Amino acid sequence: MSTSWPLWEVFVRGKRGLNHVHVGSLHAPDAEMAVRNARDVYTRRNEGVSIWVVPAEAITASSPDEKDPFFEPSGDKVYRHPTFYAIPEDVPHL
Amino acid sequence: MVDDLAARFEHTVASEARIEPRDWMPDGYRRTLIRQIAQHAHSEIIGMQPEGNWISRAPSLRRKAILLAKVQDEAGHGLYLYAATETLGADRGELTEKLIDGKQKYSSIFNYPTLTFADMGVIGWLVDGAAICNQVPLCRTSYGPYARAMIRICKEESFHQRQGYELLMTMMRGTQAQRDMVQDAVDRWWWPSLMMFGPPDEESSNTEQSMAWRIKRNTNDELRQKYVDMSMPQAAKLGVTFPDPELKWNPERGHHDFGQPDWEEFWQVVGGHGPCNSQRVAHRRKAHEDGAWVREAAAAHAAKARRSQEGVA
Repeated sequence: MSTSWPLWEVFVRGKRGLNHVHVGSLHAPDAEMAVRNARDVYTRRNEGVSIWVVPAEAITASSPDEKDPFFEPSGDKVYRHPTFYAIPEDVPHL
Repeated sequence: MVDDLAARFEHTVASEARIEPRDWMPDGYRRTLIRQIAQHAHSEIIGMQPEGNWISRAPSLRRKAILLAKVQDEAGHGLYLYAATETLGADRGELTEKLIDGKQKYSSIFNYPTLTFADMGVIGWLVDGAAICNQVPLCRTSYGPYARAMIRICKEESFHQRQGYELLMTMMRGTQAQRDMVQDAVDRWWWPSLMMFGPPDEESSNTEQSMAWRIKRNTNDELRQKYVDMSMPQAAKLGVTFPDPELKWNPERGHHDFGQPDWEEFWQVVGGHGPCNSQRVAHRRKAHEDGAWVREAAAAHAAKARRSQEGVA
């Protein structure tokens, strides 16, 4: 049964102004049923105002490794952070 | 190389960070999680039956709507958990097959019958109360998808427990016959509820490794003690007693002393010889098999819609 019903990843927008956030996954025969099932499984208590479903196989992901060299370029660029810059304390609004 | 990966896994677990689906993990960790989460998922799904038994006979529309919502939540909890097992490479269809073939277990509590409507209240209060005791620490379990599923489940379980206690308070304000019905239900469910925490620590084969991997966060006996301590003032307020002559406050320990459940009975029920084991599994099998045509029809409809869309494009 699950071989014939594909897996969908579910994203829910909690309320207007927030991003859609991944909440879990489910099986459904098509996109329309996936949205309906997602409503019943993931928003039984007003958890969302909008749902996205994405075929799980359509997701491309980076490696899960925390020490992945992929993220290294941002590791040594402390000057990208405001705290890198010493400003006298008596300069206002900065 | 594997040593390196193992060291990183150990470090992640020890530092209270979460293991995520695509991380390297020891085979035993993966196997233990699939077994534990599947068992938990099966419990939610089988757990729909004892209460489903009373939906059509609820005494009011209010109680019926509440019971429906609760049973629907249990289906949802089962699905969150099956989804978590799938992030570990398990297949939901296969897990269902294992359940209905009797190759995987579910919580032994659901093999007891629900004889009166007071059982709906006692299941919410005591059975879901025990489940909450077990589940709250699992919100910090080391496997991310399991922990996240447990957070959702715990939020919803609170409604389950409170509706049960409220139901019982209502019955306790009723006639003597209703009060007797509540006490009878408490007498029948107390010991099976204590068994929900699993065998005593010295007999629990999986505890030590699961604690080391931070899958499990407390031992069975720790949680059982906590549950007894929590339940006592609730029982007093409700006006019922628990069927245990050894149950009393021990000021030296700062906990209640209590008797041991009949572990012989526990192993009998776990082994498939409880009052309702075969009925529960047979019902689940029938529901699964009777639903086959719906699953097939939906898949056929989706395939046809896809073909006609491709034809148009």
